[in-house]
Amino acid sequence: MLIPHPLLGPRDSQEFTYLGDARLIDRPDGLAEGALDLFHDYLYLRDNPAGLHQELWFHEQGDRSWLVVTRDTRTHEIVGAELASDVARARGRSK
Amino acid sequence: MSQSHRIEGGLIDRTRRLDFRFDGKSYQGHPGDTLASALMANGVRLMGRSFKYHRPRGPLTAGSEEPNALVELRSGARQEPNTRATVAELYDGLDARSQNRIGALSFDLLAVNDLMSPFLAAGFYYKTFMWPKAFWEKLYEPMIRRAAGLGSLSRETDPDLYDKGFLHCDLLVIGGGPAGLAAALTAGRAGADVILADEDFLIGGRLNAETLTLGDTSGAVWAKASAAELASLPNVRLMPRTTVIGAFDHGIHGALERNADHLPSPAAGKPRQTLWRIYAKRSLLCAGATERPIAFRNNDRPGILLGAALRSYANRWAAVPAQEVAIFTNNDDGHRTAADLLAKGVRVAAVIDSRSDAPKTGGYEVLAGAVVTDAAGRLGLKSVTVKLANGETKTIPCQLLAVSGGWNPNVHLTCHQRGRPVWDAALSSFVPGGVLSPGLSVAGAAQGHMSTAACLRSGAEAAVAALSDLGITAHSADLPEAEDAPYRITPLYHVPGKGRAWLDQQNDVTVKDVKLAHQEGYVSVEHLKRYTTLGMATDQGKTANLGGLAVMAEMTGKSIPETGTTIFRPPYTPVPIAAFAGRSSGKDFRPTRLTPSHHWAARQGAVFVEVGMWMRAQWFPRPGETQWRQSVDREVLATRNSVGICDVTTLGKIDVQGSEAAEFLNRIYANAFAKLPVGKVRYGLMLREDGMVMDDGTTARLAEDHFVMTTTTANAVGVYRHMEFCRQCLWPDLDVQIISTTEAWAQYSVAGPNARRLLQKIVDPAHDLSNEAFPYMGCAEITVCGGLRARLFRISFSGELAYEIAVPTRYGDALMQRLVEAGAEFDAVVYGTEALGVMRIEKGHAAGNELNGTTTALNLGMGGMVSKKKDSIGSTLSEREGLKRADALVLVGFRPVNPAESFTAGSHFIAREAEANAANDQGYMTSVCFSPSLGHIIGLGFLKNGAARKGEVLRAVNPVQDVETLVEVVSPHFIDPEGERVRA
Repeated sequence: MLIPHPLLGPRDSQEFTYLGDARLIDRPDGLAEGALDLFHDYLYLRDNPAGLHQELWFHEQGDRSWLVVTRDTRTHEIVGAELASDVARARGRSK
Repeated sequence: MSQSHRIEGGLIDRTRRLDFRFDGKSYQGHPGDTLASALMANGVRLMGRSFKYHRPRGPLTAGSEEPNALVELRSGARQEPNTRATVAELYDGLDARSQNRIGALSFDLLAVNDLMSPFLAAGFYYKTFMWPKAFWEKLYEPMIRRAAGLGSLSRETDPDLYDKGFLHCDLLVIGGGPAGLAAALTAGRAGADVILADEDFLIGGRLNAETLTLGDTSGAVWAKASAAELASLPNVRLMPRTTVIGAFDHGIHGALERNADHLPSPAAGKPRQTLWRIYAKRSLLCAGATERPIAFRNNDRPGILLGAALRSYANRWAAVPAQEVAIFTNNDDGHRTAADLLAKGVRVAAVIDSRSDAPKTGGYEVLAGAVVTDAAGRLGLKSVTVKLANGETKTIPCQLLAVSGGWNPNVHLTCHQRGRPVWDAALSSFVPGGVLSPGLSVAGAAQGHMSTAACLRSGAEAAVAALSDLGITAHSADLPEAEDAPYRITPLYHVPGKGRAWLDQQNDVTVKDVKLAHQEGYVSVEHLKRYTTLGMATDQGKTANLGGLAVMAEMTGKSIPETGTTIFRPPYTPVPIAAFAGRSSGKDFRPTRLTPSHHWAARQGAVFVEVGMWMRAQWFPRPGETQWRQSVDREVLATRNSVGICDVTTLGKIDVQGSEAAEFLNRIYANAFAKLPVGKVRYGLMLREDGMVMDDGTTARLAEDHFVMTTTTANAVGVYRHMEFCRQCLWPDLDVQIISTTEAWAQYSVAGPNARRLLQKIVDPAHDLSNEAFPYMGCAEITVCGGLRARLFRISFSGELAYEIAVPTRYGDALMQRLVEAGAEFDAVVYGTEALGVMRIEKGHAAGNELNGTTTALNLGMGGMVSKKKDSIGSTLSEREGLKRADALVLVGFRPVNPAESFTAGSHFIAREAEANAANDQGYMTSVCFSPSLGHIIGLGFLKNGAARKGEVLRAVNPVQDVETLVEVVSPHFIDPEGERVRA
């Protein structure tokens, strides 16, 4: 597979390490009320779509960027790749 | 008798003679021959024995789809089983043997299987060998493996190199027949980056095997000229002997180039084969079509082959091992075979055309509406029996029968991304259909274009279209005039009748077997394939699948497309495992990492062990030490009594910098880090988000905004990846940067009561190492050996007064030697990972055996370290009830009640009177060693509610090794539990 790295252009997927669902970005606050349940859902509940899936890939043999790659699980078509840090900021994460 | 059956013409170099051997007998051929064509030229039709029934077989085809003529090629370490004689390029000295026989090929003892055939029908393994159970492993399986097999392996190491390579192009053209050549010429002349790959060593496909004219020249000459033009274009890469084996995601194709299979051995330093990964923006499948046979009784006799294959042998290789040839066809192709053979002066006994409206234009006998019902000649065809249109039978003497059952487009690569072929009634075959992989299109016979003119045209047009997608303007190459005959066929897949009619000759599957499978309820094609083995093995049913499907359709009363089709997986043809491995074999299977003082250690006679990719010294034997324990015990005692030096370079090192670095560490470590003072080191426990321990190590604060972390050797990569995840995905605005510096620093542990005195000889005098100035858990950036920058950490894994000293990698080797020199007056030892392990067990430190991915901080006796005041990775889920139960496992120490007794890691703890079973399991032993300091075996292990059970006596049970020992639960800190030594 080729992954369209937003900074480096198309790169072979062999350069990357796969993690999984990009929802792992949405880590709950451990000090919040009901954190145990929130963390349980965060860590163990995943959608498993037949279709577009946002997932985390780490450019381990490259620039060490974490990317959010949108891939169609039925065809392996990749419709986009963004820096995970940009996605995280867009989802309201900061410090 | 040499080349007795060589006729005029052909694309072979008759000026040179090649000597070769088959089954020990010498023959001659010419450059341009394959092993099969050269054997045919010598009158040899019998080339192998079938898989199951050991039926004598000759080649059915002249290409890579060959099911029968599998031979063992070469000898010694280069011996290669299951090579198709039809594609093995002849070279001088080639040595080949037939396989799957006991005794001579013409008298195979296992041919008795053929007489047993009523008992060996489809599914017989499943039915016959069910019982008695023990017989399977001891009797049936070895017997079957011996009898039903393909070639054998040399069991020697392959002496050749295999390489991998990467190529990029605008257009990959797969196949160099008329369509592929027209496409490549069109794209090449337009300036596009083109790769043309063809499995054959001669580019041209069927153009080299037919007598057709292209414009005012022959097909072969046009192909040669076209290939020469392509070779001259700098933007075109022409790759003969290269099979595109698969179409993968995103336009990536795998291709196997046989660089040196046509040579006795590869040139020095050159690869035998190269596995290419081709990144193609567009690809064009021009793989042509494969002719299929018609099944009839005994249609597997040596000498019965496909019509197009016989034209290849006659036209390209000038080899026809027969005086009389009969032809059996259901389409016009059979008549093309007849015409070609007549033109070559070969006698055509008859053309048996199953169509009642068969054309009768040539100068040969045509039996319209007739079918072949049987063939005679076990070791070589002698005659065929024909049922005429009027119902009468007739025997026709012949040594070859050319069968033409129609053409199947080679759709294989279109299926690799879930394309599903669709039925084309006019062709009576499947053509590419469904969703092809992105960027792939199909042209020529692979798309169902069956005339030369249509192939040329579709190739050129497809190239123009593919390039237009890429914004490259191309114009169809000037195409020569070529035959454009319509394809006329009346489908016939098998001739009904008694006896065995062979559908899949490679797997010995007959029409009867398919019928039996149907009777037994197999209606799905996929099940049929698995039950009968139709379509399996090296040829993947290229000549067999459609026939099997047609019989199944007949049985179910459905049409062929309703019955289904099998789709194809990569690879298109077999690929040696060695090619997939490439250079990653033996010691190069993966990289080996060496520490800077590795070679020094090797010179000291160190025994090494692979840890991750690192080579680490296990112990350093001294003269007179014959057993490893002697060396390890000595190293431990010398360290504890004076001083020892250990290479700890392999520990992961991560540099953490930034104004919020402390906050970052505070979140990834379970224990508090925010307030670690500059100049101090702290032990850090890292959890996974699920609350399990991920790793541990020490982190030193060199400055307000600068930390240096160590990780375990094994987890260095994973921890770094995790930290980058936290930094980029969880807290993207935190001001922190990290980088792995594992390779940048060489690091040595100096441990023992004399560690300070030794280091004082190395560290520059400006740095005060006294206990007051540089206490336990201190760290500093210092200089050593007169100005060399270094880092010093006062940390201890052994439990002794200890330091770790780090210098830039290139000084590591020199520092090790300087430490040893300086240590001579203290009788310093160098110790390896075994002594390191013994000392950490004596001290009760957890390591990989304990940090095994299933243990929590509480299990390790460090539950109190997990800070509840902050949100760190894993802190929340480590609070789960199930992980905090009162009887949770806790790390404790163990010693044998009788000091002379021993126990092993992996033992489980059982109460003294209880039965040793899972219900009574109290925990398990993780680490065991002999403690030279205590003089007996000691162990660490996890015990339910362990902390409260000190003094209790249990059994350590190891049912696997049948060992049971009475053990006493003790503190895990066997040595200096108060920690006085480390603070000395």
